[in-house]
Amino acid sequence: MKNALGREIPEKIQGIAGVQVFAGAFATPPSMNRQAPKVKSVRPGESKMVASLAEVFAQIPVTDGMTLSFHHHFRNGDGVVNMVLATAAQLGLKNLKVALSSVFPVHAPLIKHAENGVVTALDTNYMSGPVALAVSQGLFETPVLMRTHGGRSRAIECGQLKIDVAFIAAPAADEYGNSNGVQGPAACGSLGYAFPDAQYANHVVVVTDYIVEYPLSPISIPQTKVDYVVKVACVGDPKGIASGTTLITKEPVGLKIAENAAKVIQAAGLIKNGFSFQTGAGGASLATAAFVRKMMEKNNITGSFALGGITGYMVDMLEKGLFKKLLDVQGFDLEAMQSMATNPNHLEIGADFYASPFNAGCAVNKLDAVILGATEMDIDFNVNVVTGSDGVIMGGSGGHADAAAGAKVTIIVANLLRGRLPIIVDKVLTITTPGETIDVLVTERGIAVNPRRMDLKAKLVAAGLPVKEIGELKELAERIAGIPKQIKMGKKIVAVVEYRDGTIIDVVRQVEGLSSCEA
Amino acid sequence: MDEKLRRSMLFLPGNNPVMLQNGGVFGADSVILDLEDAVAPTEKDAARFLIAHALRFVDYGDSETVIRINPLDTFASEDIKAIVPCRPNAILVPKVEGASDIQTVVQMIRAAEQPNQIPVKIIALLETPRGIIEAYQIAKADPRVVALAFGGEDYTAGLGAIRTKEGKEIFTARTVVVNAAAAADVQSIDTPYTDANDEDGLLADTLLANQLGFKGKMSINPRQIEVIHGVFNPSRHEIYWAQQVIFAIHKAQGEGSGVTSLNGKMIDLPIVNRAERILRLAQLLGLLEGAES
Repeated sequence: MKNALGREIPEKIQGIAGVQVFAGAFATPPSMNRQAPKVKSVRPGESKMVASLAEVFAQIPVTDGMTLSFHHHFRNGDGVVNMVLATAAQLGLKNLKVALSSVFPVHAPLIKHAENGVVTALDTNYMSGPVALAVSQGLFETPVLMRTHGGRSRAIECGQLKIDVAFIAAPAADEYGNSNGVQGPAACGSLGYAFPDAQYANHVVVVTDYIVEYPLSPISIPQTKVDYVVKVACVGDPKGIASGTTLITKEPVGLKIAENAAKVIQAAGLIKNGFSFQTGAGGASLATAAFVRKMMEKNNITGSFALGGITGYMVDMLEKGLFKKLLDVQGFDLEAMQSMATNPNHLEIGADFYASPFNAGCAVNKLDAVILGATEMDIDFNVNVVTGSDGVIMGGSGGHADAAAGAKVTIIVANLLRGRLPIIVDKVLTITTPGETIDVLVTERGIAVNPRRMDLKAKLVAAGLPVKEIGELKELAERIAGIPKQIKMGKKIVAVVEYRDGTIIDVVRQVEGLSSCEA
Repeated sequence: MDEKLRRSMLFLPGNNPVMLQNGGVFGADSVILDLEDAVAPTEKDAARFLIAHALRFVDYGDSETVIRINPLDTFASEDIKAIVPCRPNAILVPKVEGASDIQTVVQMIRAAEQPNQIPVKIIALLETPRGIIEAYQIAKADPRVVALAFGGEDYTAGLGAIRTKEGKEIFTARTVVVNAAAAADVQSIDTPYTDANDEDGLLADTLLANQLGFKGKMSINPRQIEVIHGVFNPSRHEIYWAQQVIFAIHKAQGEGSGVTSLNGKMIDLPIVNRAERILRLAQLLGLLEGAES
């Protein structure tokens, strides 16, 4: 059957009960009650400390076919996923489902576990590196379910992603399970992506290498949700966790795009007191923040809040009074971690608060403007951030589709030519974020406005910005780089892209004909 | 005077394909594809090839294409032979020291130009003490010369002076170049501000250039263009003033008088010329609508 964007979606997909196809960004309202978490009790005097992961596996007990969940706050420095899965493999477990909010190159051992049948299903919001490549080549029989950050939270809350055991890597914890991300050698800042897991999993295991005296403070994940605490030698490599100070790009084309993106926000009339903003940690996104900052300073503007993944740059804007609050679901660098630990206006929020579409209002709904990237965009403004030009999975929505849906003005910043390829195509290979939620594309050679937003287009034209039709930009790119030949994909579905409301927006098929050097 | 706007002239290294390809996106009035200082002697031939291709295939939009060739005593002849047939708008000739240099370049250009080709213009880069002394003769040497550009770095080295951000050491040369250009009815373009990270310094330096009478400024980084344009664009206040001048003079002419006054100040021909220039610039830049009225 075809979904509202014309994508062919099979009626039955292995691993998904009752396939619902995407019908529009807000076209499928929920009609259900939330999942009720398991009722637990711990008696006075009982200890939650367990000597080892193997011991926890035995006490729960973890059995074949269970779903184990993990967060990705340690990014490429994560040690816990590999440790837990190695334990599962040693104990001879099979058919596990891994629900890991994002998969990084460090998680490469997952491939071996999949080949050995230890892990047979994967549920994630983003993946890059060897696992993503292996998935594209058909690693799993069951398609990988790729969600958004808000969608993962929704799936947990609505009982569609049922977690048997949540293994929560915690930089610091006490013996009764209170945990935070701001202390200890593997400090990562916010633990927001683990909040829904802690709330709804049948069993919650905190894994830490830094035990403090009871009670720990501040508390991110409270003792009331935690069943077990395991101390291990090392939960993660700080070098892979924090990226250090994130630098603003000096690359002239990136700067030009960033400057124009900031001008779009200004022309839209959003740079005023109470302004709210989200941008990524990449060089060009951060550069947009720098241009926006200049405009705010020049006009004496105090913004309301900045949202999402937080960097030192946003911390500096908070400290200089340019924003009143930071809502932090994930910290990217040391400055973000330190600020969250010490600044009462730097708030830690969970994935549900950040972006879940099925609660009584998430933070992305309150955004004025968001800056997002794209690997491909089509003339209907649909965006792909899942697959690369070779068809291989190299990312995922993360919060992309969530923030796009929520913000008043959603801006995609992208080089019109990515390497040798035009960014705009007739049809993107994989739709991650529907065009109806994208308002503006800013490239170095012009700005395209979604025809749904004629109001906005008029404002940008009035401000003298170089507004062009998206078809014009596409032709411009093709004049320089030619029209790339469409790549041929295999038949097998290797991943299913779920929109934040739980409907299926697209599928990813197996890649064919990758030579060994490309692999 | 050549009416082409040259508020900003952006240098692009001739041996950098990415920059050559993207040079048109920054909104500079001119792009200067550089064969001289940005390119090592061993790479001149490769850069010539790249620039020739860029001229034929890259869309520089509204930006004028200017090629900085090598000095006459090095590779100028090969540069002109390779580049002129690719139809650049202008050639920037470095280290010009006299009218005869311009005449030599004109001959080389003529020899290389294709039938029906729009004549390639010349911008003379004055960057030696001798060049400054000869500024007026250089500007008058041939009708192809449309602008004098001033290069402060080499000039200071030639003087044996120390180059500072404040720029007292180049003050005389700047005013000489502006004066010679105005006398010869060509444009004058100021030396680049070489610290791309110092926006305040760039602003101060560009304000000074504008005050002295330069019509534009060379730039070594795309980030500088917005600041430069901000200075050389007529302000709302200036546009309003110019509109009042033109209104007053038209009214006076209607009443049979060639002279009138505005706010107690006499309006004579130079004032009218200045007002007309501001309005032409404002018109070109689409600034007329937003002006005070």
